[in-house]
Amino acid sequence: MALEISPQSADGSTPSSFLDVRDLRVHFPTEDGLVKSVDGVSFTLEKGKTLGIVGESGSGKSVTSLALLGLHKNSRARVSGEVWLDGQELVNLSEGEMRSLRGSKVSMIFQDPLSALHPFYSVGSQIAEAYLVHHKVSKKEARERSVEMLKRVGIPQPERRYRDYPHQFSGGMRQRAMIAMSLVCDPELLIADEPTTALDVTVQAQILDLIRDLQEEFGSAVIIITHDLGVVAEISDDILVMYGGRRVEYGTVQDVLEHQEHPYTWGLMQSMPHLSGDVTQRLNPIKGSPPSLINLPGGCAFNPRCEFRDRVPGDRCLTERPELLPVLGSDKHIAACHLDADGKAEIRGTADKAVK
Amino acid sequence: MFRYLIRRLLAAAVILVVISMVTFFIFFALPNDPALLACGKTCSPNRLLEIRHSLGLDKSLAMQYWEFFKGLFIGRNYGDQSVSIHCSAPCLGMSFQTDTPVMTTLLGAFPADLSLALGSAVIFLILGVGLGVIAAIRKGRFADKFAVGAALFGVSLQSYFVGLILMWALVDKWNLLPSPNYTSLTDDPGQWFTGLILPWVTLVVLYLALYTRLTRSSMLEVMGEDYIRTARAKGLSSRTVIFKHGLRAAITPIVTIFGMDFGALIGGSAVITESVFGINGIGKLAVDSVTNSDEPVILGTTLFAAAFIVLANVVVDLVYGLIDPRVRLS
Ligand SMILES: Nc1ncnc2c1ncn2[C@@H]1O[C@H](COP(=O)(O)OP(=O)(O)OP(=O)(O)O)[C@@H](O)[C@H]1O
Ligand code: SF4
Ligand SMILES: [Mg+2]
Repeated sequence: MALEISPQSADGSTPSSFLDVRDLRVHFPTEDGLVKSVDGVSFTLEKGKTLGIVGESGSGKSVTSLALLGLHKNSRARVSGEVWLDGQELVNLSEGEMRSLRGSKVSMIFQDPLSALHPFYSVGSQIAEAYLVHHKVSKKEARERSVEMLKRVGIPQPERRYRDYPHQFSGGMRQRAMIAMSLVCDPELLIADEPTTALDVTVQAQILDLIRDLQEEFGSAVIIITHDLGVVAEISDDILVMYGGRRVEYGTVQDVLEHQEHPYTWGLMQSMPHLSGDVTQRLNPIKGSPPSLINLPGGCAFNPRCEFRDRVPGDRCLTERPELLPVLGSDKHIAACHLDADGKAEIRGTADKAVK
Repeated sequence: MFRYLIRRLLAAAVILVVISMVTFFIFFALPNDPALLACGKTCSPNRLLEIRHSLGLDKSLAMQYWEFFKGLFIGRNYGDQSVSIHCSAPCLGMSFQTDTPVMTTLLGAFPADLSLALGSAVIFLILGVGLGVIAAIRKGRFADKFAVGAALFGVSLQSYFVGLILMWALVDKWNLLPSPNYTSLTDDPGQWFTGLILPWVTLVVLYLALYTRLTRSSMLEVMGEDYIRTARAKGLSSRTVIFKHGLRAAITPIVTIFGMDFGALIGGSAVITESVFGINGIGKLAVDSVTNSDEPVILGTTLFAAAFIVLANVVVDLVYGLIDPRVRLS
């Protein structure tokens, strides 16, 4: 065993978590400049736990998850950093090695199942295909397995629906089929990219229940990506808040939702109806639009949209990039904002009032 | 699917009848008098009237078309009881030039025509799609530039030029191939093949660029689709992703263009290639009939070409149904 080198990361520590993402960067060279879609993202996740990644459109959520599947390989994207999955580093894995993990160890439920399913193949055969690549079984067995999965995700008459094409399914059914496809090989890490967007509220709740049940059954680690903090509050253990390809706040659900440390997270909370329950409450979307990923604003990337930057003395918000610092009284919670604790406490009070 | 097929076939039949009417009226409204042609140099006015009568030219245009239309299904007799010639169904009329039924002439030219069209189409389709796929997955790299460049070079040459150069080099100079000629496949398969190599190559050079570029752009579009990302995310090999998921979806626009090109090729659009290599196909027949003002043959070849293009379109629609379940099931 002397020759076997134990996996070690760049800073020398052996990752102890099931999933350990360290300083992940995904940059796309384009004609207009280098698009830094993901720029230094780190997080960890254990089996059986759920991480919610939230952020506005374009904050790099999908690009991050594609990197976990190694889907930026053979493209113009420049990926750096480390992704440790079960003691194996994925960023430097060859395409061939990565392929054997895709769909089996890591799988993904894609945003927009209508375009993510092939229009020319039946739903069932697409699920069976996912099973067949990773298992030496007959077509018949793969078919039986797929029918069983369709049944498991709550599709009525699964034998008959097996032969149907994606366009013959309703939106909710397609999402279920997509889930069946991503779970057919019992993945240890499941990434769900906005699994409930564009579904009505009842179906949305059913889909979330389904993911949770299946997670309990298989003990998988789950990453759920969404714009919707309500979904995260319901299903996750941890939350990662992304802005312009970077982390702005990270911690457990209790930490982040009850003691938000970043004005952007407050903004997301106020722009979202779910937690308040009060339908008469006026929603308060964050003013301004997401930043350019080619030229992020200097200092704090959120400063052009931040209502509180004047409270920080000496223009630091414009000149100095806030570091991710641990929040006192919590071991996991970190946030990147120059505001001091008193300022935050004061603002949180007014924000909470707005929500309640 | 079955009802869809019936509907398509009925529509095709209507289109053909309309085309036959239009061509009929255009050609028979031409100023030159077929009877005069048939009568020859020493023609007495009486004889001319007789011929007019025997060809049915003294009747109204509508009546003439009706006779023609009937002839398609039940055949028709020309002339009087004493000197009548029978033209059996489907009768497209009699050639003024050779006094044989137009159908017989067309059928005579058909095997050469079909051999030329089918052989070249199979080659340019396979080669063009293959090059297009390579170009798409190697986008921007050497293989892409080479495939697109080579195909473009081909299309910028005229077919008679390519044909003549090839003939000069391979046949006259190095004696690698026999002089191009059409031999019936049933007579001698070997000669059929070697005699058609040069005409095929000429047509392939002509069509290759179109199919390479079409496949390339269609593939590039499809490979950016979400379902391709899903296929990769399942862990499928790149070959499965490219061919089973990519090409299957990218082939649709290629089928459309191929159907039209192939229909037109059978209908005689390879006329230059036919003339260069002296192959007596439909194209050459059409040109000769125009030169000789042999109107029934002109009409016949036009209808023949139209029939194949319409038929090709029906086949294209059927293939669509096979490829795309959304078409089949709607
Ligand atoms: N291949 C690419 N080339 C250039 N830019 C890209 C590429 N892929 C993604 N981007 C850019 O990266 C940014 C982040 O995209 P991403 O899809 O991760 O956003 P997201 O957070 O998932 O948003 P949404 O909520 O709308 O799904 C976007 O601005 C997008 O334009
Ligand atoms: S650092 Fe300044 S600009 Fe950025 S979120 Fe905090 S207060 Fe706002
Ligand atoms: Mg996304």
